[in-house]
Amino acid sequence: MGNSIVETERVLRPRHGLAAINFAEMWRFRELFVILSWRDILIRYKQTYLGIAWAVLQPVLTMVVFTVLFGRLGKFQSYGTPYPMLTLSGLLPWYLFSNALSQSSNSLVASSNMISKIYFPRLIIPASAVLSGAIDFLIGCAILAVLMPVYGIGFHSHLLLLPVFLLVAFLAAFAAGVWLSALNVKYRDVKYIVPFFASMGLYVSPVGFASMIVPERWRFWYCLNPMVGVIDGFRWCVLGDKFEPYWPGFFASFGITIVLLATGLFYFRSTEKTFADVI
Amino acid sequence: MSRPLISVRNLGKRYKLGAALSHNTLRDHLAHGIRRLFQSNIKIQKSKIAEEESFWALKDVSFDVAEGEVLGIIGRNGAGKSTLLKVLSQITEPTVGEVRLRGRLASLLEVGTGFHPELSGRENIFLNGAILGMSRAEIRAKFDEIVAFSEVEKFLDTPVKRYSSGMYVRLAFAVAAHLDPEILVVDEVLAVGDAAFQKKCLGKMKEVGHSGRTVIFVSHNMGTIANLCTRGIVLQAGQMRFHGTAAEAVQQYQKTISSCSPDERERPAHVAYLVPANDKSDFKITKIEVLDFAGNPMPVVATWDDVVFRIHYRCSRDVSRGSVVFQVSSYDGERLILLSTKPDGTLPLALKAGEGAVDLAVEKIPLTAGEYTLGVGLAVPWIEYLCWNPDLCRFSIFPKDVYGSGLAPNTSRSLITFQHSWREVQP
Repeated sequence: MGNSIVETERVLRPRHGLAAINFAEMWRFRELFVILSWRDILIRYKQTYLGIAWAVLQPVLTMVVFTVLFGRLGKFQSYGTPYPMLTLSGLLPWYLFSNALSQSSNSLVASSNMISKIYFPRLIIPASAVLSGAIDFLIGCAILAVLMPVYGIGFHSHLLLLPVFLLVAFLAAFAAGVWLSALNVKYRDVKYIVPFFASMGLYVSPVGFASMIVPERWRFWYCLNPMVGVIDGFRWCVLGDKFEPYWPGFFASFGITIVLLATGLFYFRSTEKTFADVI
Repeated sequence: MSRPLISVRNLGKRYKLGAALSHNTLRDHLAHGIRRLFQSNIKIQKSKIAEEESFWALKDVSFDVAEGEVLGIIGRNGAGKSTLLKVLSQITEPTVGEVRLRGRLASLLEVGTGFHPELSGRENIFLNGAILGMSRAEIRAKFDEIVAFSEVEKFLDTPVKRYSSGMYVRLAFAVAAHLDPEILVVDEVLAVGDAAFQKKCLGKMKEVGHSGRTVIFVSHNMGTIANLCTRGIVLQAGQMRFHGTAAEAVQQYQKTISSCSPDERERPAHVAYLVPANDKSDFKITKIEVLDFAGNPMPVVATWDDVVFRIHYRCSRDVSRGSVVFQVSSYDGERLILLSTKPDGTLPLALKAGEGAVDLAVEKIPLTAGEYTLGVGLAVPWIEYLCWNPDLCRFSIFPKDVYGSGLAPNTSRSLITFQHSWREVQP
């Protein structure tokens, strides 16, 4: 026993300057991460009468509204694809992102009790909150799988790339979640800002329309919205070659995500030590 | 003997009082930033304020804890006990100094941390266990034991929001009791549940103490400290005043509490409450002095002592028909008595703008030895509270053998004891 104790000596002292993420520690707490994600998912579907039905209704209703609004009334270009499929393929990654965003940005404050009473790597909290929208997303994918043959869209090899874009969507949500959850601890008005930007984002991102309708000279700048790359990529996987992303834009989107994530982690790590004092 | 499991060196923790108040929202922060662009001297003022409005919750604390030691930490409220536990548990970072820990540390600053009301008892066992640092395999192995200890078998699949508070606490403690770390840090969690369960918890704690585990333990109950701990530390105003055996520490604590010199920054011993200098509210209780019937300061109050609470207040405007309200609650916040100058105390009180004071005289205070909470406020009877804080300050009653039986009544048996007598009669 003596030896094992010596091996685990830890020193607690004031930390100055940059602190790297302690991956070894994160790994030790992996079970807590799993169990917190499991809790978030369980709670999401407990005690809600609509429960799963809501996860079906929300994308389907929005799909209908957008199809009528943008497809019929606005007569947006659909590039030969049934408009409902065009919007649904945008809605799935968007909802994944916005659910993850709203859950994770509020996650630290919602766990204030845990944070002020027990130690664990704080990053686990926003990270597990990001995953809580995954079930909704899977339900959305099931709807998509049912509707694809209905609208005569075949399954093709691009679909295999879906997980890649999924990962990018999670990264984008995690990046924003890390930033906003840490900011929310210090500035409580973040809570009011997030829903506003989430509802704006639904219209600013290419959810109800294809991003090809954005004029060519604006295309690259448009892609600085990290969700543009994700949605374009996702749509490409589902609907095929006609929707091939504008690759420079995609990589710009991805680059922005990475920058957001890196700065977010940096901000999180440097304010983490004061969470318990200010929360 | 090998190196100590825990060594604490020159530990200090400073809190900024102003920081929490100044920029609570991003909007304030941005507004402040913009103002600062135009007024360069604001920065200087700010740093001055920062210096004034920070205080050391812990300063220069150094001690070692050897393997198998059960260390009790004693001190008044605000002495830094909780801060020390938080630093040791790695919840908050020290401002200076360092702590070396050798071994897995689990902290129990509260029972049921992370419990979710919507989840069932079974689910909460896994959730809470994971939060406290147990692995899933470990929880599974101990699951039956935890359930048996908690006595809630029948309700395992019921959401805990439907539990009675007793069941909730039993389940929470059961999980915590089955933690198996090398170092255990515990804060006051024993003051929970009914008497039978408390006894069970104390038994468990003793067992933990005797199993060679290293435990750090904070409690307001001197009896528990003396019973469970081998060593003790007395904290006062963030500094360590004494480190020795638990029994000596308890004695030392009772001495320091009764002989506070008035020049200390801390309030004098007979003052139960002193308003913080930065309290800007319109109506406030500024000070509560504890005096004897002759008007002398009374630093220690024991069961059945005659005592006067001199309540000082300050008002920003006149209130023609006001009252002072005084409440005593148990340490867990259950109200024992509520008194007021008007209507029931029949002292008509016109609160004048400025300072005022009233004396509340209590003959033979019927409280047993232990910790209580005083709530004091100003009100307009039947209409509104002008200021009210049911947890204004803590108040200790010291043991006194009022029955002459060799046993001083204390809170572990009952909170109240009034003068009475027994006699045998014919049926």
